[in-house]
Amino acid sequence: MTLSRMPEPDQAVLDRSSAIIKDLEALIGVDGVISEEEGRRAFEADALTAYRQAPMVVVLPRSTEDVSKVLKYCHRNGLKVVPRGAGTSLCGGALPMADSIVIGMSRMNRVLDADFVNRTITVESGITNLAITDAVSAEGFFYAPDPSSQLACTVGGNLAMNSGGAHCLKYGVTTNNVLGVKMVLIDGEIVDVGGAYPDAEGYDFLALIVGSEGQFGIVTEATLRILPRAESARPVMLGFSSCEAAGQCVAAIIGSGIIPVAIEYMDRPAIAVCEAYAKAGYPLDVEALLIVEVEGYEEETTRLLRDIVDIARSFDPKVVEASTSPEHSARIWKGRKAAFGAMGRISDYYCMDGTIPLGRLPEVLSRIAQICAEHRLKVANVFHAGDGNLHPLILYNANDADEARRAELAGAEILRLCVSVGGCLTGEHGVGIEKRDLMDVQYTPSDLAVQMRIKSVFDPNWQLNPGKVFPLSALEASRASAAADQAA
Amino acid sequence: MSDLQRPAADWELQFVIAGCAERRVPIEIIGSGSKRAIGRPVDGTVTVTTTSLRGISLYEPNELVMSARAGTTLSHIEAELAARGQMLPFEPIDLGPATGGPQGAQTIGAVFATNMSGARRILHGAARDHLLGVRGVNGRAEMFQAGGRVMKNVTGYDVARGLSGSWGTLAVLTEVTFKVIPWPETAATIVFLGLPDNLALELLSVAMALPVEVSGAVHLQASVAERLNHPGLRSLNKSITALRLENFSSAVSGRKHRLKEALKVYGKALELDHRETLEFWGELRRLSVMPNRPTLLWRISTKPTTAPKLVAAIKRYMPAEAFYDWGGSLIWLEVPATADAGTAEIRRVTAIHGGHAMLIRAEPSVRASVEVFQPLSPPLERLTRGLKAAFDPAGILNPGRMYANL
Repeated sequence: MTLSRMPEPDQAVLDRSSAIIKDLEALIGVDGVISEEEGRRAFEADALTAYRQAPMVVVLPRSTEDVSKVLKYCHRNGLKVVPRGAGTSLCGGALPMADSIVIGMSRMNRVLDADFVNRTITVESGITNLAITDAVSAEGFFYAPDPSSQLACTVGGNLAMNSGGAHCLKYGVTTNNVLGVKMVLIDGEIVDVGGAYPDAEGYDFLALIVGSEGQFGIVTEATLRILPRAESARPVMLGFSSCEAAGQCVAAIIGSGIIPVAIEYMDRPAIAVCEAYAKAGYPLDVEALLIVEVEGYEEETTRLLRDIVDIARSFDPKVVEASTSPEHSARIWKGRKAAFGAMGRISDYYCMDGTIPLGRLPEVLSRIAQICAEHRLKVANVFHAGDGNLHPLILYNANDADEARRAELAGAEILRLCVSVGGCLTGEHGVGIEKRDLMDVQYTPSDLAVQMRIKSVFDPNWQLNPGKVFPLSALEASRASAAADQAA
Repeated sequence: MSDLQRPAADWELQFVIAGCAERRVPIEIIGSGSKRAIGRPVDGTVTVTTTSLRGISLYEPNELVMSARAGTTLSHIEAELAARGQMLPFEPIDLGPATGGPQGAQTIGAVFATNMSGARRILHGAARDHLLGVRGVNGRAEMFQAGGRVMKNVTGYDVARGLSGSWGTLAVLTEVTFKVIPWPETAATIVFLGLPDNLALELLSVAMALPVEVSGAVHLQASVAERLNHPGLRSLNKSITALRLENFSSAVSGRKHRLKEALKVYGKALELDHRETLEFWGELRRLSVMPNRPTLLWRISTKPTTAPKLVAAIKRYMPAEAFYDWGGSLIWLEVPATADAGTAEIRRVTAIHGGHAMLIRAEPSVRASVEVFQPLSPPLERLTRGLKAAFDPAGILNPGRMYANL
């Protein structure tokens, strides 16, 4: 791929690397520092594997104090810092630079307090998303945001990217489910924002911190809302002979007053791949498949599914299959949840994440097909239809440089399309390195300046996760204007 | 009398702010002005109202999204939504009646700028949770937009949500885009009588832990309950603990049954039907139980389990009457008027128990001399000053509204 340019490494820092490593070892202990090449290479990429760069050194703190000591040191010495959870970012959010220090949060993975009466849980940020639900499920609770990578991804990464998941149609995304964080600022200062009570005091810093892609500080602890789990959740599969019919059906369901917990969409190529992999019982002769899930008490889900099927009838579905048992539900979901993995077995793919207004779905899907055809590429669509968050998977061969370049061009064109119909570049994966240079498609220079000034409030020298989120050109313009501010 | 400006377009607002920024003239920002008696008084040479920026610019019922110009009244928005069987999920509270302002006058921009949510927040989240995007002009006279109109958007920082609750001190919003939800088919309330605070709050927590989707969970002390307009509930001389369910009819009746079964140790429950439910929660939304009087009104956010202890601790220093909302995590507390508004004691007790407190109603002279918003920790204060300078370096937008010298 024609990779986005990263900032040039600072040779003076690289020349000092052995002294820096010694200092870090003295700060948090030899066993908390990884400096040998083989160890560092394990951190060279995240799930956006087209980009690879081993960091100068990796530190693995065990406490907020460790993080504070390391950041204070980095601040004083002008070093770049890349925070990392589990490295499952799809946008290069955890990609290191050659002269950077990766702070890996994997050792800070404890549950600190589960408060069932007040319905909150306080955890260290290196805990996996699924482990939070595991810690509270015996008491009948769950943690709502459920990104596909939930087995591996950390809540720290979820906070950085404001992650969503299939069930956020009803329960919201990460920002709607977090009450407070403990964060270490770049100068080592520890700040508590919010707490186990609603609506943090003063400005809504929590809103700014969630989704800041590791550029504002390192969150070491988070207090999250947990919810009582419904007695039953049941999906229905609806197959249609056109994507228009499926799209209209989604709008009709939502317009009817029913808010399902999830509405997932797969097109024909995606259905074929998922079915071959998961044997979920998906129909192979439809153009679009919806999985609509409702929850509640047994008698309620029965009624809701009946209502949804009634609505779907007006759009002439070829297949209607409601789950009849927990095993049946698990099978229906198995194919959808395995979609990215199943696709990965047959081809390399480039996963887009644009969001569009639902009403534009049919035209956007046909334009996506057209764009990919023009670039001689295949595409499969798997996405969260209820909230318009698309995941077109552009299939390509990573060993074919020309095909990889075409995939990237097609991807950028699809994202421009999403913005042009009133949508956005990324619904849940983040900007990272991947979509950095497309930011000015969605935002004007003053929109970007507003964002970049907030970054400077938290991290005046731009040491935290540099080279991401903003086009490097916008960055240079902002430096010039900050200098002018200073002079004024 | 300050100079009143009513910009009718973003560029007009930009022009006004640019002129003030250049001459460092302080501006008081208002919508309808219904919350003017809340927060620290602002001494603006110029007053800018958003009321000429009005109208619904986008409404897609099938996508559960609406955009409106900031000065559109909330009542207009709610009427348009109701016509399509929809509503705002967070049931914005109307503080007008409790603070001597008009009722039903607030603008949608101000609802988000102050992040004011009502009882339904416990199920659906706060105003800020439903804010998808904004347009506005900052103190540098830059027009900008943040977020958008789609439900999921992590493109860049969440600046729109970050502006909610900033009380016009960072930027003047000109348009807001937000998420809406369908009206439930029906609603019902179950009411328990005569419970002391600690048992009532325990009951609320038990209810909230059941998967019945309680959409309102309140406790009114007896002296507060007798201020209700509802004739039946007013005359009981007992504390009232109420839970609301909203859903389709058969789900409401099934869930009501389950709730009563799980809570039967707390006594026999009364029921309010659909109409009474609308009236009762409508009253609470206007804070009718905390009418405008020459007393002080505090709003305290804390954990439900600590709420009754916190109120009991404050009562050791002064008489206090409480209305607990949000399952106990929000306390509306009325205390007698004093020169320092009971600040020292209330802030100390809140700090011990964990949470934050805001003085909602007091004389202007009191609001000018004490901390109205929760004082900030040193690192948060540093960030707050930084954020203010990033948006409004000359300090002209609502100066001093939230914190003195900011």
